[in-house]
Amino acid sequence: MFTSSIGKKYLMALTGFVLIGFVFVHMAGNLQILMGPEKINAYAHALQSLPMPILWGSRIFLLVCVVLHAWTAIVLIRENRAARPRENDVEVTKRAGLSSLKMGLTGTILLFFIVFHLLHFTVRAVYPEYDDLMTTVGAPEGMEVHNVYSMVLAGFQHTWVSVFYVISMFLLCGHLGHGFSSVFQSLGIRSESWRNKIDWAAKGYAWLIFLGFSIVPILVIGQKFDLISFFEPSLFSEPLAMR
Amino acid sequence: MNLILKVWRQDGADDEGRFETHQINGVSEDSSFLEMMDQLNEQLLEEGNEPILFDHDCREGVCGTCSLTINGFAHGPENSTTTCQLHMRKFSDGETITVEPFRARAFPVVRDLVVDRSAFDRITQAGGFITVRTGSAPDGNALPVPKDDSDKAMDAAACIGCGACVASCKNASAMLFTAAKAGHLNLLPQGQAEKDKRVLSMVSAMDKSGFGNCRNYGECSAACPKDISLDYIAKLNRDHVKAKIKKIFA
Ligand code: HEM
Ligand code: FES
Repeated sequence: MFTSSIGKKYLMALTGFVLIGFVFVHMAGNLQILMGPEKINAYAHALQSLPMPILWGSRIFLLVCVVLHAWTAIVLIRENRAARPRENDVEVTKRAGLSSLKMGLTGTILLFFIVFHLLHFTVRAVYPEYDDLMTTVGAPEGMEVHNVYSMVLAGFQHTWVSVFYVISMFLLCGHLGHGFSSVFQSLGIRSESWRNKIDWAAKGYAWLIFLGFSIVPILVIGQKFDLISFFEPSLFSEPLAMR
Repeated sequence: MNLILKVWRQDGADDEGRFETHQINGVSEDSSFLEMMDQLNEQLLEEGNEPILFDHDCREGVCGTCSLTINGFAHGPENSTTTCQLHMRKFSDGETITVEPFRARAFPVVRDLVVDRSAFDRITQAGGFITVRTGSAPDGNALPVPKDDSDKAMDAAACIGCGACVASCKNASAMLFTAAKAGHLNLLPQGQAEKDKRVLSMVSAMDKSGFGNCRNYGECSAACPKDISLDYIAKLNRDHVKAKIKKIFA
């Protein structure tokens, strides 16, 4: 099924499509942090308390998608290099946009980002002290939950972390600018009359994802350097001390 | 016009190849690119040198035999134009023009600018036909074809099989050619009976010939002298997955 050239494109598109859907839901969920600690902590707790099979099922499914997507990308690119052993001495590009030509580069950096991001906020190996952040804010009666709100505020107060996140989200924006419309072509559900509309939708979606993810680190850094005051100052100044 | 030509020379498939630079004077603006190449070859013969080999046949833009990558563009920088139909007035006096063969592993160089495009023939042989008993011609109106379908099939059939799609593709993919040849028949009622088999065998012949994988850049369609649309690639993708799924449940 997925061994032919077209089959590999299908695999690329299907896994890419899953990831497209995931990033939207993930972004929408994250944005609750703008509504204060109760919301985001309760949301994170709800996700963490999903039944084991659902929680781990989804995690493994997403990971498998990422691995298959990246693996297929490597296979495609290797085969393509072999198919054209010598470039033209005068190499010109007539139509292809930068984002389409740089899918491999943006994808590779995204892979590093995904690994870092998981170590940072999920496994919490980069800053192990995030593990100890417990709070009653947003928790059910008589319980303590992980203080995601403080962890994120603390995390993004490291300027280099925020810069890395925003750059990665910009690259994700580029990856999706081509990827979103490419899915329709690869799956064969695109026609000349829809081409422009899908291309615009892809660009719109890519920028929406960029803004939705980047707004949080940008607000945190803005407040760190006293440019804006968005978060409650008492929660912002010493997030790791908040209970 | 006076021009400097930087032309690819290669003695055979195993030769490394190299560029050769020639000055050519007094080229008419009204001559075609191939006529200019003829003039250069006459000059080379007079100087006692080997002429440069290049492919050509109809010189009317219909047969798909001419090729050449000119200043990086398959069939030159003009849109919707084959090399034989490209006029020298599109270049400027004194310009240096780089001429290379269509480069792809599946198109080995035979000599100089001549490449072996028989990989395309293998794709066509794999399914670019319909199986019918020949005999007296059937009544033209016996088989109704919706106008929209016949228009689309004709647009696909406009493919002259020149290989510019492969040469312009950064991945040397033959998807546009294969999509046009398969799509042309798959759109018509006559092509329905063998549709699934056609798609599977043509794609498999394409993969076996060592072409690259499509990455949806669209360079092929931009270079195509017949402006074949990327829609046919989308259709080939669609028809391919349908055929695969049917095969699994057959
Ligand atoms: C893990 C790191 C990643 C790598 C190495 C990677 C690599 C690639 C490459 C090379 C392509 C181009 C394939 C082609 O042009 O034929 C591609 C396509 C695509 N990628 Fe990624 N990518 C990664 C992560 C992601 C993520 C996180 C998303 C979504 C949020 C995503 C969504 C897509 C989509 C939708 C496509 C278009 C599929 C198609 O061509 O039909 N990718 N990816
Ligand atoms: S020589 Fe026939 S198309 Fe150019």
